[in-house]
This record gives sequence, C-alpha cells and structure tokens, in this order.
Amino acid sequence: MNASLYSRVMSFTNARLWKLAHIDVLLMVSLLLLISGGLVVLYSASGQREDVVERQMVRLALGFGLCIVLAQLPPKYMRRFSPILFLVAVCLLAAVLFFGVGAKGAQRWLEIPGGVRFQPSELMKVIMPMMIAWYFSDRHLPPRLKHIIIVLIVIMLPVLMIARQPDLGTSLLVAVSGLFVLFLAGLQWRYIIGSFALAPLVGFSLWQVMHSYQKQRVLTFLDPESDPLGSGWNIIQSKTAIGSGGIHGKGWLEGTQAQLDFLPESHTDFIIAVLAEEFGMIGCITLLVGYLLIIARGLYISTMAEDNYARLLAGSLTLTFFVYLFVNIGMVSGILPVVGVPLPLISYGGTSIITIMATFGILMSIQTHKKAR
Amino acid sequence: MDQRQKYFRNYRQEKSLTQRRVIVSGVLVLIMVGILVSRLFYLQVVEFDRYQTKANDNRVMLIPEPPPRGLVYDRNGVVLADNRPIHSLTITPERVKNFSVLQDELNDILEISTEEWDAFNAKRKSYRRPYQSITLKQHLTDSEWAKLSVDLYKWDGVQVEAQLTRYYPYGEAFAHAVGYVGRITEKDLQKVNPDTYQGALYIGKSGIEDFYESDLFGVPGLSKLEVNARGRIMSEIERQNPVPGKDIQLHLDARLQQYAFDALGDYTGSVIAIDPKTGGILALVSKPSYDSNLFVRGISYSDYDVLRNSPRLPLFNRALRGGYPPASTIKPFMALAGLESGFASWNDRYYAHGFYQINPNGRRYRDWKRGGHGWIDLERSLIESVDTYYYQLAHKMGVTPIHDFLEKFGFGKSTILDLNGASNGLLPSNEWKKAKYREPWYPGDSVNIGIGQGFMVATPIQIAAATSAIANRGVWHPPRMAKQVGNSIPQFSESPSGLQNITLKNQRNWLKVTEAMEKVISDPKGTARRLQGTPYKIAGKTGTGQVFSLQEDEEYEADKLAKRLHDHALFIGFAPSKQPEIVIFSIFENGGSSSKPADLSKKLFDAYLLDDYPKKYDYLKGANS
Repeated sequence: MNASLYSRVMSFTNARLWKLAHIDVLLMVSLLLLISGGLVVLYSASGQREDVVERQMVRLALGFGLCIVLAQLPPKYMRRFSPILFLVAVCLLAAVLFFGVGAKGAQRWLEIPGGVRFQPSELMKVIMPMMIAWYFSDRHLPPRLKHIIIVLIVIMLPVLMIARQPDLGTSLLVAVSGLFVLFLAGLQWRYIIGSFALAPLVGFSLWQVMHSYQKQRVLTFLDPESDPLGSGWNIIQSKTAIGSGGIHGKGWLEGTQAQLDFLPESHTDFIIAVLAEEFGMIGCITLLVGYLLIIARGLYISTMAEDNYARLLAGSLTLTFFVYLFVNIGMVSGILPVVGVPLPLISYGGTSIITIMATFGILMSIQTHKKAR
Repeated sequence: MDQRQKYFRNYRQEKSLTQRRVIVSGVLVLIMVGILVSRLFYLQVVEFDRYQTKANDNRVMLIPEPPPRGLVYDRNGVVLADNRPIHSLTITPERVKNFSVLQDELNDILEISTEEWDAFNAKRKSYRRPYQSITLKQHLTDSEWAKLSVDLYKWDGVQVEAQLTRYYPYGEAFAHAVGYVGRITEKDLQKVNPDTYQGALYIGKSGIEDFYESDLFGVPGLSKLEVNARGRIMSEIERQNPVPGKDIQLHLDARLQQYAFDALGDYTGSVIAIDPKTGGILALVSKPSYDSNLFVRGISYSDYDVLRNSPRLPLFNRALRGGYPPASTIKPFMALAGLESGFASWNDRYYAHGFYQINPNGRRYRDWKRGGHGWIDLERSLIESVDTYYYQLAHKMGVTPIHDFLEKFGFGKSTILDLNGASNGLLPSNEWKKAKYREPWYPGDSVNIGIGQGFMVATPIQIAAATSAIANRGVWHPPRMAKQVGNSIPQFSESPSGLQNITLKNQRNWLKVTEAMEKVISDPKGTARRLQGTPYKIAGKTGTGQVFSLQEDEEYEADKLAKRLHDHALFIGFAPSKQPEIVIFSIFENGGSSSKPADLSKKLFDAYLLDDYPKKYDYLKGANS
C-alpha cells in the first residue's frame, strides 16, 4: 500500500509532461502548500479583508506566471545575459538615487509612466547572485585572492547604492546573496574566519554611517522596553503575540493581539506573529517544515546542477531565501533588529513575492534543463 | 586553451567543492532553524504565562465606575447633600494631531488657566494607558458647555464628559454639621482601599461626609471591556454595576438648624439642640461658617486664604472643638455634686455676701451681685446664680469629688458618637495639674471650678449632652447625628467613652434640680425670668463666662471694654421641663449678657415645640414634617 502510494507519487512527479513544461513538481507542490497556508493567515492578519487576500492572490498568480516563464529559459541563456542584466540593474539603482520616489525619508521606487512603481533593489536580489555566479562560471575554483577582491568590489557597488536610498535591510540581503556565491565557490576558510574576526570593526564603521532611525532601531532592539509606546512597541507587541499563542494557539481569527490591532504591520512584516498567536508553536513548526522542504529541494537542485554557474546560482538563491526567512522570524521574535524584511511568500506585498517566485523559476529551469544522462 | 584544460581537469573537484559547501550550508540552515525553534519555544512555552497575561492586559480595559454617593437628609427629608451632574472637558491626547493649534483654539473659546494646562500636560506626559482621556477643565458652566458643543466636531479627541458632583444646597448653616467632600489626596488613599476609589472624584473630608464615608461611598462597579490598540471599545466582557452609597437620614432639623444659625446674628458662637430621648442632634451650629461647595471643586488658594486667615475662624468647628468656660451653666451640676457628696443639702441656709474668701485676709472671690444675695438656700443659689454659694461649696468639696462627679456627665471626654474631631475639653484634676504645671492643686483652683471658670474648659456639645442627662434624669444617650443609615438604624456601642446612666443616691434630686431650673425662668428673681410666658415650662440656666480675669477689685463694665473682651454669654435649657423633648445649649461669644442666648433658646423652643417658625424657613420644611 505504502509502496504503491510512493510509486504513484514518484511516477506523478517524474512524469514526462512536467519535464516538458520545465516544472519541478516537488518544489511547486511545496510552494503551493506554503502559499495556501499563508493566505489563510493573511485573511486573519488583514482583519478578515477579502480584498487584501484577493490582491495577494493576483500577485501570487503573477509570480507563478513569471516562475513558469523563467523555468522555460535555459540556464545557459541566463548566464549569458547575467552581466548585461547586472549593468541594467545598476543603472536603475542609479536612477533611483536621482529620480526615485518614496515615503518616510527613503527613496526606493522608480515610477514608470503609467503609474506602475517598482523597486530596482528587489531585482538586484536575483541579479546579484547571477552576476557573481557568471563571474565564477568559467574561472578556476576555489577563487584566487584577485578574483575575490574583484567580486567583493562588484558586490559592494550596488549594495552601497541601495544602502544610500536608504534601505539597510535590502542592501544587506543583496550583499548576502552575492557573498553566498563566493562561499559556495569555495572561498577559503581562512578568509571566512578572518572576516568574522573583523566583524566588530565593520560593525563599528557601519554604526558610523547609519541613519539615526536605523541606529534607533538597533538601540530599541537592544532595549525595547526603554520606549514602550514608541519604537519598542512593535517588538513588545509581537513578542506578546507570539508568547501568548502558546503551544496550540488561540485559534484562527481569535488572536487578540492581531485582531485588536495591538500588533503593528500584522499583515506585512509581522505576519508570523499572527500565525504564532493563532496557531501556536505547532503552527510555527509546521510553517518551518514547509520552508525547510523548499530549501532542501533548492539545495538538492544545486548539488545536482550541471555546471558551476547553475550550482552556484541555485545554492545562493536558496540560501538567500532562507536568510529572508531567518531574518524575518528573528526580528519578529526579538532576536534580530527590526530591519523590514517580509516573510517570504506569506507577507502581504508586491515586489518581494514576484522576486521570490522568479528565483524559484530559475531553480526549476536549472533542474529541468539538464541533459538526460 | 590552457584554461580550458584546467577547467576539464578540475571539473569534478570543483563540483564536489561546491557540493561540500552546499552541505555545510544545509547544516548551518538546520542550526539556525534550531535557533528559531528554541526562540519560539522560549516565548511560547517557557514564558507563555507572562505573555498571556500581557496580552490580556492589552486587550482588557477595566473601567471602574464610581458609585453614586448616598444623599444626606434631615429628619424631615430635606436633602442636605445632593448629587448633581457636571460637565468636564476631556482630551484623548493620542487622537489630537497638533497640540499647540488645539491649545490656541480652545483658549479662544474657553478660559482655561495655565494651571489647568500644566496639570493636563503633566498627566499627558506621565506614563499612562494610551487612548484614555484626561480631564482638562472640570465644572463647565452651561454657557461654556454650549460654546464647546458647537465646535466639538472640529477637534478629534476632544470631548465633554458628564459626571456627578456633590452639591450642598443650603450653604453655610449646615457646613459644620454635614461637612463636605473634597478631592482625594495621597493621604486619603492611605486610609482607604485605593482600588475602590479608582475613578472616584471625591472623598468625605469632614462632618457626616467624613464619618459615614464608607456607607455613603457605596461599592464601585467595574466594566471589563475589550479594547483595541486605539482604545476603541470592541465589546463588553463583563460588567458589575456599582452599588450606590447608602442615604443617611440625620436627626437634624433643617429649619431649626437654619433658624438657630440666623438667630446668632452677627455673633460668633454655637448652638446645639438635642432630643434628650434619643441623643439625636437636632441642630449643630457653629458660626461663622463657610460654603462647603467651595471644597468640592477644590478650593482656590485665595479662597482658602480668606477662610483660614479670617480672625473669626470660620473653618473652626466651635460646636465640637470650641473650648469655653461653662461658667454658671455648671451650677446645676455642681449642686448635684454637692448633694451627692453630702456637702450640700436642700435645707441648709447660707448667707451670701458680695464676695467669698478662703481665709480672712485672702483673695476676694467676687459675686456677680455686688452686695450679695443675703440668706439663700441651694434652690435659690441656682435661681439667682449665686456665685459665692458655689465658691464655698467647691472649696469645701475639693477637686476630686467634683472631677469624679462631672466626669459622669461626659465632661473631659469626647462623647459624640458619629462626628470626628470633637475635642475633649478639660476637666481638671489633681493629677492633671501636677502633670501639666508641676504644681499641687490649690484650694483657690477649686473655688474657680465652682462657677465653671478657672481651668475648666468644655465644648458646646459636651455641655449640651450633660444638660440632656439632667433632662433625662440621669439616663445617658450619647449625642449622635445619624438617625438612619440606608435602611437600618446605626448601631453604636452605647457608651463609647465608658459613660453609663447616672444613678443618684437620692433620685429625687433630679426632679428638684429641674424644678430649681424651672424657677430660673419662673421666679421673679430668676436670671432668665425674661423667658416667662411660654405655654410649656422651660428649665434652664444662664451663664456668663469671663474671657479674661478681672483684677480683685476691678468692675466688669461692658461698655468700657473692647468687644472681644466681653463675656461669653451662655444658656442651657430644656422643655417641656417635665417631659423634655428638646435640650438647647447656646453660646454667644463676647455676647456680654446671657439674655441673648436665653432669647435664642426661647425662639427655638417655640419653633420646635409649637411649630412657630418664621415663614421664611418654609423652604426647609421637608415632606415629612
């Protein structure tokens, strides 16, 4: 019975049709499961607003469309276009600095005539690992010092541009996505250990260039109770929401922190707190298992990839995806500063869903365009 | 070409290098997920109770609902302490966009003092629950309320709230009897349970309001409300209605009280009227007085200064705390003391000179009548108020029997059951003088006590209560204000100061003293003969208390003295004398002659016994009279 079920599942996932459509079934199913769960939480977190859920579904549909389109594109073309895409993205970032629009003292968006806004820094999250993977694709691995330095410079350029918008969270994530490629390319452990030793120094110099509101975020993170009605409010309320959920949670739509608006940003960055409050620790672990499935599949795709470019890109994209997850849950639960990173695939919001679905399109492409052996 | 070869050469090695790195990453991912899970475990399992409480505290707002305060009525149902709605201007700071603009706009419409703004801003900046309103201005007048209502829609977060406030409709005459409520201070909160007083505006500060605070206050209600982060009420979880405070009915007769107050005229002084059958206080007047309503709002410094610095001491409750020499009103008690101790009898005759000397060349203790009264007996000593008789009686008795006997009547003790702050007066004794002055008791000290002067000090309520003991022939009913609290008669331990009914060796002496006191009025030589002609019989005794000591040969000449040095004029009396229904004590400070308090007493007797009130007091008649 079990054996027949397993074989049936395997035959479904290995069906030629999927291969022809360039869809990785395991990844797709995990994504769909996670997303459906996310919509359920979003309905509660938005204060039971169907229009919010509908808009999110439209975005997800767009994301899946992009995912499937990108999956059709063979990795070799991606590799070929990587440096051009990178240049275009850097130009767009420059444009943001000069013509960008935004709110709350940050310039993050470009406005295309016709009213569409988009965030070039989001594009960079995908293009950065493509660029670095391209750089290493026909070079000797592990990289020599010269290449390491060149790559670091290439990473720093867009990172600094994004940091100037200012958008500390995204700039760090973009940096991380590039650095992951370097790591997977076999960056020598002595450099890794050395840079961790230098981290305090870097931290100090970062502190010097940070904006006051960013410094404030770090300070309230260190002592949120110092300003309970101001900047510490978010963390205190999200911890309260998570903690009061307990093991089993208060039940769907029954979370008082979320439903009575004590939890700020409950349907965007802090949505995990809603899940934790209403579904408890059981719900959180289920969510983490879902994410781990996706990450495991991504890493598997990376190890099975055909060439260095695909391997490095797939690994970096997957790990970056994990970093979003970790940073978001870490900040909502109060072990990391509040840096404004959404919970991937679940938080309400446009650009990030599109970018993330694009990464999964790339992963599927890498997995499905392999020459049969 | 060279590169290409290298590439081929290292292909597998490079692949496995990256694969190893991916596996290392996978392990790191698991470790970090482990960190997240342990964080969730810490928050959701270890600290669950703390956060659950916190979430509930967020969600549930407890709003105490102060109970309506019990009303105070007189014996005929006249409301002496009432509750009235007032309107206050309150602001929810979180909903105000621009404070300085709001401040300017409100200042244009209302007169808001800088103190009010300061108090408001202090509350706004201190730690408080968000989205709770803060009172800016209390007691809006009708026109202020009207002006505000027009513009209220313009300002978010500004509202007018209605509350009940205490109101004393009949003003000064009742202030010392009923007392007043005032704002709750830190000190008040130490005496009561602060939780109970959450949301309450007032606490009893003096008089009935103070003594019966716990009955009048009631039990506060509590609304458990579910609120959102903006303080909006989402639902009511639970509600306990407040239990209103108990109404209190006093023995006080509002008409009699007001009449007595007015009858004192411009004099300072005090009037006490007691129903001897119950000890119920029918009137308790201390003049001058003040408007209790001033204290309800929180009295302004300037108003308070005027009251506190007035030389006539309007805040001083003379009825309970005024220490006066009882003067000749002590004589009936001295007569009984002499009879009881065997130093006096009804039959002994005594020749009353114009003065009394302890020894032949000693100090002359003068009688009020220059030439003396001639041959008199005990009864006549009361009728004509013969000082020398009581000089010699007190001298013969010595202080101890006098002290012990007078003590039975409540002198030297606080006897009133339900008002706080009564003073003990002073009933001197041997021991007292030794402790106070380190001097023995001299015979001369006793002589002065005999006519209620010297060291002896008594309060109006003490003299009135002692008089009602004579009226009652020794049956002791401690004076009391409240007739009924809620639906029940207040229970006191009947002798809080250890006082018991007084039994004389010869109980007929009560009657004989009463008859002598009747003759104070009915005898042609009686000191209160001006009160003759009433359809009921009055028993009474006059008194004039020296404010300062005359020198031995000095004459008391009223018109040569400043008014503040005039004698205090006192009168005690009860009527009808055989079945007394009312006992009256009155004192006119510096009144000079006891005719003033005697006339006042007659007015009150007529009023109370014959319902002979001036028409103007009809508004205080009440429904039950």
